[in-house]
Amino acid sequence: MTNTVFSISSQNTVSPNDIVLRVEHLKVYYATPLGDVRAVDDVSFDVYQGEILGLVGESGCGKTTTAMAILRLVQPPGRIVDGHIWLDGTDVVSLSERELRRFRWEKISLIPQGAMNSLNPVLRVSEQIRDVIEDHEGRQPRKALKERILELLHMVGLPSRVYDMYPHELSGGMKQRVCIAMAIALNPTLIIADEPTSALDVVVQRVVGETLLRVKEQLGISMILIGHDMGLMAQLADRVAVMYAGHLVEIAPVRQLFKTPQHPYTQLLIEAIPSIKERKPLKLTEGLTHDLRNPPQGCIFQSRCPHVMERCRIHPPSLQEVSPKHRVACYLYEEC
Amino acid sequence: MTTPLLELQHLTKVYGGGFLKRAPVTVALQDFNLALHEKPAKIVTIAGESGSGKTTLANLVLGFIEPTAGRILYRGTDIRQMDRHQRRQYRREVQAVFQDPYEVYNPFYRVKHIFDMAIRNFNLARSKDEARAMVEEALNVVGLRGEEVLDKYPHQLSGGQRQRMMVARAFLLKPRIIVADEPVSMVDASLRAMILDIMIRLRDEHNISFLYITHDLSTAYQIGDEIHILYQGTVAERGDTITVIEQPKHPYVQLLINSIPVPDPDVRWGGEHILTVDDEELRSSVQSGCRFYPRCPYREDRCLQARPPLYRVGDNHEAACYLYAEQSVQTNKTLVTKA
Repeated sequence: MTNTVFSISSQNTVSPNDIVLRVEHLKVYYATPLGDVRAVDDVSFDVYQGEILGLVGESGCGKTTTAMAILRLVQPPGRIVDGHIWLDGTDVVSLSERELRRFRWEKISLIPQGAMNSLNPVLRVSEQIRDVIEDHEGRQPRKALKERILELLHMVGLPSRVYDMYPHELSGGMKQRVCIAMAIALNPTLIIADEPTSALDVVVQRVVGETLLRVKEQLGISMILIGHDMGLMAQLADRVAVMYAGHLVEIAPVRQLFKTPQHPYTQLLIEAIPSIKERKPLKLTEGLTHDLRNPPQGCIFQSRCPHVMERCRIHPPSLQEVSPKHRVACYLYEEC
Repeated sequence: MTTPLLELQHLTKVYGGGFLKRAPVTVALQDFNLALHEKPAKIVTIAGESGSGKTTLANLVLGFIEPTAGRILYRGTDIRQMDRHQRRQYRREVQAVFQDPYEVYNPFYRVKHIFDMAIRNFNLARSKDEARAMVEEALNVVGLRGEEVLDKYPHQLSGGQRQRMMVARAFLLKPRIIVADEPVSMVDASLRAMILDIMIRLRDEHNISFLYITHDLSTAYQIGDEIHILYQGTVAERGDTITVIEQPKHPYVQLLINSIPVPDPDVRWGGEHILTVDDEELRSSVQSGCRFYPRCPYREDRCLQARPPLYRVGDNHEAACYLYAEQSVQTNKTLVTKA
């Protein structure tokens, strides 16, 4: 699967077949008594076949809201104000509630944040996975169904005895892998993993991360991986999109992003990673994010940017390609 | 040698196993020793995965729970045998900063309430002006200004601001030790550095020691002086932070350090394939002997017979593993060259 992605980059043209998800000018606002909070403000990106797209940014930058919009799970007072979300040729934004029931889990599934708490405590693991399958595909012959569920458990590296266990008998990492098994049960086109390892220890985090990679490689499922741990992104993602205050500020293949981060915010994110290899003085950054209800005129990052210029305060920069597949929204690179 | 400021002796905490209870006991912390001197102030990291006993340790030191065995000595006095005056002093000189800056505030009070309470409780100020000046000074240390934050409600502040205010509150009481339980795990990466920097400044400029409790070895590596790495309630390895992290000796610590994701796409997770054993098995299988036995790639029969003591593997560096039983007799120099 990675081969197809590489061939795209060499030709520098993307055939529409390779794009599984296209988000266009997505805007999600939350209504508050003092005006709308622009949680996601004009975000556009594509997800290619068989890749993991990392979505990073600090808390409150709109990562999870973007994911919820793709699943059409934005809850009031939030609403999708504008934009299109194309998945396999259908616009998710226009689907009815009835159609969404089919669409979710068959086309797109979610590994929620703190997935271990999303399992039903009074049902065995097997019953929960069975529910997912039978709800969408109707009643199944028992024996085939059991084999299918066991195969799913093996896929995520869990022993067969998990089949008859209850969630409380499993450790956090095992529950997380049960959630991955459920997410791939119906062979969806896209999986959204919202901070799938944030509550886990490093050793378990690595096991879960390697499970995600295996799922991607063996089934060719595309994923959007939401997180704030840049180290984990470097290990898992093929491309990384950086969000700041509801805006997409940079998107690039993972190697380019780590080697030559362009946007000042991305540079800050990468510098702020605590290293285990060398002890260096802490890098301090001043400044606060503006109030999301009334974003400043011009660039969204101007109040914290070390390179802020006059024109940044007047008109916001748009995403421009600085090198193949590497796009950044910053005036520093506008002319080159 | 002078009396240490804080000394933990054979500290053990066992949960469960009471009268009429048949459920197996959980040893949350076993035989933990630590001595912290008043000078020089140090940042002592207690690291380990969840369930390793690090928060149990914090709760013991803060007096929230009683140890099953062992003693906590503060300035030479067992905290359970302190008189009222000493206890009050202990309460004031040992402060805490907790993990979640969203949960520690009462949402109905303005944030200055946390400072007012502390000042009133310990009678720190004679007048309102004096109190205000003290609060202002404490806020300045963490880089905040009183007029900007004090009259706000908690929900009007960012996570980083709230956590800095908790450090300011602790600082206000002129403590000698701050127990910081995962103080940066809920704060964004860009603000994390600010809080760690405050910890370093409090140590260097105000001579305040920290018990820095964390699961994140990389921040410990950046700021810590001494480290104790716990595995299921026992110390796997302890010593100087830089030595332990750069030259880990215990197989668990080696696994832990290899599992930290490297922020470089060209460097993949290192080390061999991980042995994963399910938690239930782990807990029950090792009643005596090394707790890491079920997952250890170097396990031997003797590991099951008795829990390995801490062997000296270098200058101020000890590991609880039989791999070093013979070597520890040798001089330190040969060991260092080996590593």
